Amino acid sequence: MAIDRDTVLRVARLARLELRDDEADRLTGELGAILDAVSKVAELDLAGVPPTSHPLDVVNVWADDEPHAPLPLDEAFANAPSREGDLFRVPPTAGPEVSA
Amino acid sequence: MIDTLRLTAEQALGMLERREVSSAELHRAYLEAAAARDGEIHAYLRLVEDGEDGEGGGVPIALKDVISTKGVETTAGSRILAGYVPVFDATVAARCRAAGMPVIGKTNTDEFAMGSSTENSAYGPSHNPWDPARVPGGSGGGTAAAVSAGLAPWGLGSDTGGSIKQPSALCGNVGLRPTYGTVSRFGIVAFASSLDQIGPVAKTVRDVALLYSIIAGRDANDSTTVQLPEPVRLPEDERLDGLRIGIPKQVWELAGIEHGVRASFEAAVDLARGLGAEVGECDLPLSFAYGMACYYLIAPAEASSNLARYDGVRYGPRVEAATYREMVERTRDEGFGDEPKRRIMLGTYALSAGYYDAFYGQAQKVRTLLIREHRDALERFHVLATPTSPTVAFPLGDKASDPLAMYACDLLTIPSCLAGLPGLNVPSGLSQGLPVGLQLIGRQFGENTLFRTGHALERALGFDTVPARLRT
Repeated sequence: MAIDRDTVLRVARLARLELRDDEADRLTGELGAILDAVSKVAELDLAGVPPTSHPLDVVNVWADDEPHAPLPLDEAFANAPSREGDLFRVPPTAGPEVSA
Repeated sequence: MIDTLRLTAEQALGMLERREVSSAELHRAYLEAAAARDGEIHAYLRLVEDGEDGEGGGVPIALKDVISTKGVETTAGSRILAGYVPVFDATVAARCRAAGMPVIGKTNTDEFAMGSSTENSAYGPSHNPWDPARVPGGSGGGTAAAVSAGLAPWGLGSDTGGSIKQPSALCGNVGLRPTYGTVSRFGIVAFASSLDQIGPVAKTVRDVALLYSIIAGRDANDSTTVQLPEPVRLPEDERLDGLRIGIPKQVWELAGIEHGVRASFEAAVDLARGLGAEVGECDLPLSFAYGMACYYLIAPAEASSNLARYDGVRYGPRVEAATYREMVERTRDEGFGDEPKRRIMLGTYALSAGYYDAFYGQAQKVRTLLIREHRDALERFHVLATPTSPTVAFPLGDKASDPLAMYACDLLTIPSCLAGLPGLNVPSGLSQGLPVGLQLIGRQFGENTLFRTGHALERALGFDTVPARLRT
């Protein structure tokens, strides 16, 4: 199944991956070969077959609505690359310098 | 002197109970074995020297590096989690600690448990203790190699499409993928949530059953877990009278199964007959024809969603950039290796508008048919049997540049994983001087039957789990 470089770059953008040029080229070939192999599921006529999202026949589990102690803030931030007070610090998410 | 190469967990437990050895002494013995032999094997990403854990009174254990351990770095074999130190234990780690079991170390894994050779680890590959020029299988190659090389009496792995069973086969261990939902996934680095299961690897079926009894059961922190319908029974029976074993007829037709693997499988089936089992043929046409394709749509789709959390905001290293979006994209590009990127891309594609119905939706329907096919076969038989891996351990680098050839390593383990069924690998012999594995697939919650079958076969086969080159 053919997948072109533009599609690979579009999917990478959806997946929040910035691919280098050589990665985009390589993935175009590899994904094409893999999609060829997996697209055989489309051969089957599966009208009327329900999809499975979970292999067990389980019903919803209800938990008692009781408060629990949350993770202490210092533990929640223990692995954060950047913290400012009680917030995770990140670069600007909006503004003139931010691309759409 | 503790012979860690030969000591089973059950024997170690006996020594502890008779006070012939302390838990701390056992822990020390395995750390010393690792110091002596792990340079060649690279089963461990890090060892836990901390004496505090060594005084719990239990048999020490190795944990795959996808299992969160409080205070011990957990990376899932990826650069994107380098330096991540969990502030809590995964439920399985907590249950092991509650049983007094010291953690020897965190074992190597393909990045995010994606692979069949442990060559995809960002921290370098593991090597097979039977022949260090060969892979130990994957993704749990580190745990399997540690048990095989006497660097741990037992360990925990994770299995999404065969990552416990296949490395156990290639390293000559017993490994169990439990029924989906019997073991908590709380605190596990998620790969594909409808498939991931945690399970034990050890030298004997009884050790595996014992460890399973410690980790299994309902967990309030994982609402997909269920209570075991019956308690775990350690197998004792050495006969298989009354047991019906089904062989999928497709096994005989599959190309790519090595001659030695086939011969070992046939001998094991004959042995089962000799022990009183009835052996018959069953039919799983769709499972073998479409299982791989179905798996490589569903697992990457779930992975693309699970791996969205690695954004450089809350944990892991971050690549700084002027905007949030660039920061996330560069962090992910530098942090993920080739295989996670391939699967994220494949999953994102399969879930994207215009392709969802043809790929992901269709794969979910195929999964329904696979479940029905297995259910029908297991109404007639107590256990299904196949080889675990089509080949013995292959040389490092052999399949590294061909993703589809690597994916084919799990051809025989994937269908029952999609069906949520338990599977046990039992070493069935050698081919070319390397271990061959027999896969036993059970009914849902049929672990006790797997243990009984595996134990009887293991006794009759008399496989020596110590790699020939390490025997003295």
